[in-house]
Amino acid sequence: MSTVATGLTAQLALAAVAILVAVTAPTSRRSLLAGGMCAALGVAGVVTGLAAMAGDGSDAGLRIPIALPMNLPLEPLLLAPDQLGGVFLALAGAVGAVAALYGIGYATGPAASRTGWAAFAVFLLGMQLVPAAADVVSFLLAWETMAIGSTVLLLADHRRRPEVVNASMWYSVMTHASFLMLLAGFSVLVADAGGTSFDTLAAAGVTGTTASVAFLLLLGGFATKAGLVPVHVWLPRAHPEAPSHVSAAMSAAMVKMGVYGVLLATLRLLPLGPAWWAVLLLALALASALYGILQASVATDLKRLLAYSTTENVGLIMVAVAVGLLLRGAGQVPVADVALVAALLLALSHAAFKTVLFLGVGSVLHGTGERDLDRLGGLARVMPTTSLTFGIAALGAAALPVTSGFAAEWVLLQSLIHGDGQDDVLLAVLLPVTVAVVALTAGLALLTFVKAYGIGFLARPRSEAAAQGHEAGATMRAAMLLGTAAVVLLGLAPGPVAAALAGAVGASGIEVVGLLGVSLPAVDALLDPVALTLLAGVVLVPVLVVHALSARRAPRRDVDLAWGCGGIRVSPRMQYTATSYAEPLVRVFDDALQPRRDVQVTHADESRYLVSRVRFRQRVTDLVSDRLYEPLIRVFMYLGVAARRIQNGNIHRYLGFSFTALIVVLVAVTW
Amino acid sequence: MNTASVIGLIALQVTAAVALTPLLVGVMRQTRARIEGRVGAGVAQPWRDVRKLLAKEPLKAAGTGPLMSATPLLMMMSSLVLCALVPLVATPTLPLVPDDLFVVVSVLLLGTVALALLGLESGTAFGGMGSSRHMTIGALVEPTVLVAVYALSIPVGTSALSAIVTARAEDPASVVSPVGLLAVVALGIAVLAETGRLPVDNPSTHLELTMVHEAMVLESSGRDLAWLEVGSWLRLTALLGLVVNLAIPWGVATTLSVPAILVGVVAILVKVLAAGILVAAAEVFLAKLRLFRVPELLAGSFVLAFLAVTASYLVGGT
Repeated sequence: MSTVATGLTAQLALAAVAILVAVTAPTSRRSLLAGGMCAALGVAGVVTGLAAMAGDGSDAGLRIPIALPMNLPLEPLLLAPDQLGGVFLALAGAVGAVAALYGIGYATGPAASRTGWAAFAVFLLGMQLVPAAADVVSFLLAWETMAIGSTVLLLADHRRRPEVVNASMWYSVMTHASFLMLLAGFSVLVADAGGTSFDTLAAAGVTGTTASVAFLLLLGGFATKAGLVPVHVWLPRAHPEAPSHVSAAMSAAMVKMGVYGVLLATLRLLPLGPAWWAVLLLALALASALYGILQASVATDLKRLLAYSTTENVGLIMVAVAVGLLLRGAGQVPVADVALVAALLLALSHAAFKTVLFLGVGSVLHGTGERDLDRLGGLARVMPTTSLTFGIAALGAAALPVTSGFAAEWVLLQSLIHGDGQDDVLLAVLLPVTVAVVALTAGLALLTFVKAYGIGFLARPRSEAAAQGHEAGATMRAAMLLGTAAVVLLGLAPGPVAAALAGAVGASGIEVVGLLGVSLPAVDALLDPVALTLLAGVVLVPVLVVHALSARRAPRRDVDLAWGCGGIRVSPRMQYTATSYAEPLVRVFDDALQPRRDVQVTHADESRYLVSRVRFRQRVTDLVSDRLYEPLIRVFMYLGVAARRIQNGNIHRYLGFSFTALIVVLVAVTW
Repeated sequence: MNTASVIGLIALQVTAAVALTPLLVGVMRQTRARIEGRVGAGVAQPWRDVRKLLAKEPLKAAGTGPLMSATPLLMMMSSLVLCALVPLVATPTLPLVPDDLFVVVSVLLLGTVALALLGLESGTAFGGMGSSRHMTIGALVEPTVLVAVYALSIPVGTSALSAIVTARAEDPASVVSPVGLLAVVALGIAVLAETGRLPVDNPSTHLELTMVHEAMVLESSGRDLAWLEVGSWLRLTALLGLVVNLAIPWGVATTLSVPAILVGVVAILVKVLAAGILVAAAEVFLAKLRLFRVPELLAGSFVLAFLAVTASYLVGGT
């Protein structure tokens, strides 16, 4: 048995054990045992993924001969991850392991119940089997396993909070829409190719209208899972309501399966698509990036902020994919390779920092019971580890040096500015627009994460709950630190990482240079974060020396009051809140956000020139959801009500329906 | 061009920048004072200020955290790395740390973020206000900067600054070409916004409601304030030097011979001082824009940068 097959068998076995443990273990030990097994399942996924990445694709994988007694062109189920699948398998495994470790200390109530932990194991197994699947049937089976596991987890807290039910409804509808589109898309391909394994589909070389129909359906399905605009609506609903370790796994790993799907469809199954596929993907991606970060920048609920930021990041990943496809189509293969590697780097980087950010919010929620930024503040003092890890992950999300986000975005920008638009009007127009949108996205991401960290963790607490916060437990801290280490390491050593990823998208010309740096000869660029860090350290030495000398002569003096331009009292309520922080931005992007504001001024009794109280409310809603989905839901409600009329409980009418149906079928068959 | 001499060059460049930056600021303030009919404090006043601040004790208000003393050092680090990376005196760079414009911009943003966090950490209304405005402007400047970088990189095929400067020096036509001019003007406006100059922010204001930069450093004192001041001056010097070297790329040393370096030092001194005097003189006649008019200015500069890119593709560049 090969390493990959062993690893896959181990994953199936570990998942079974995890479910068994979750169901049988006593309540006091359940989280520890089941969480430990889930973490082991994740680690097995990482090992298998790495083995698949190292392999040359000749690995036989795990064949499950199930002969379905049907006259359909079904081949046996096959789990055999190729190099690309290996990358996403390792990613899902790593995120799952860290989330499970965190869950040991974090899960309480319904999330720590038998169902909770069993569903978590099912969810992780589903996520790890999706990239391992090598045929349509096992892919869809794994996809549904993932969807079911996550839906059950999302529902965990439905008894205590009614909004959970609403969120679950949105999530299950969207996830089923996604599944149906995938089923239809794959069916179109299978019907044309006459087989279900990915190799058969790829070898069939489907082209023309059939390919385009299949691509559109698959793109719809995968985009829904990935959370691209306009099918992102489940993200800001589901992420805030799920338990935090589940949000982390959903946001960091599950949406990546949508990215994997798009790569699978465009690189492996339908590699010769026309340029408009890539243009369509690029348009969706740019809209997602910009819309996602704009909503995130004005959000005050930390989890909602992170959910929208996921839409932004998936948008950026898809920008890289789309530009890679465009450039490949235009014959600029070396630069296209850089873009595709950038997509994988962005995916890994997002997985790392988003895991830490969601786990960090989990700790904040655990320690204070609050996730509304307007009521937080000063957490750095009461939650030092959470503050440190959240801060570093926020740097990663803002793509600042020397984190993973910086290295990934640098590679993306390099590929964007080196696409040659000299002879190609399409590229000459699309590339500058792309650079501009990516730049604006990066700028807004800076603001968003300065806000998230600065308002949440710095200065003084804005509520009693925040002041009374306490640090997370040992396993939770360990999980956050592990994730943070990944953010920093991916940022410091982009060279080996990029070189290892290159094979997965069939890219060449990515070299390791210097101190773990990455060199891209195709675009004549080089980045060595370790050397950059060393340079920064060296230039800072004299400053530190002067600083220390000055500190010896004039030590810091504690005072009660901040200066505040001559203020005589400083109340925490005078600090800026998340809402006020984003206020200039809301005004600048007023047309795009259309916030609803409500200002009530209560005058004093003595004179209407004296104001005794001002009440300000602002709500920024999701315009896509309001304008696109609300009318759609109304239409369906109307149809539902209208359909009542045809079933009035009269048996004669039902017999009539059956008879008519029979006639129609007979006519259709004999036609 | 061995590594040791490049390290020497960078050390020289950073030292010179630190030593002469207060002078540049002094000259700018003095220029402004003289045009406005004041005597002025003299060109060495910023130096004296820094010396004074370094000797004073910093105050730590209750309710502020450790970032109050850490962010000034971060700001200083960002500015020093900026001075080390940007080709002010000469173009040779370290083989492992090329002066890639995207890296330069990211290092700059690290300083921007440090300042914004400082504003929030102070826990006062003004700090948050400055921080919020600072980041809003920073976010809106970003597209201009990156698209301008894109425009500059197209003719050379790389985003390495030294290569861009060298190529422009060798081909004077590219400097006065519409593409080159548009990109440099757009970058110039972005630099004014990033360094908090008029018309985006008034560096000498202490009127509470108009402050951006000053509001964030309001609670800092002693050596913290000294680092913040020197850091933002260094940032001004490096970015001004970058823009003048792109606009007038001659005089920058391309080899590491002693005469070439000397010419390079003199050239950058003259160019930056001249640019500083020009900026200061222009500021006398400019009023600060209302905060919500700034996006219009930035949108304008973005359009220039965007035109530069499309022009270089559609018109075929230089």
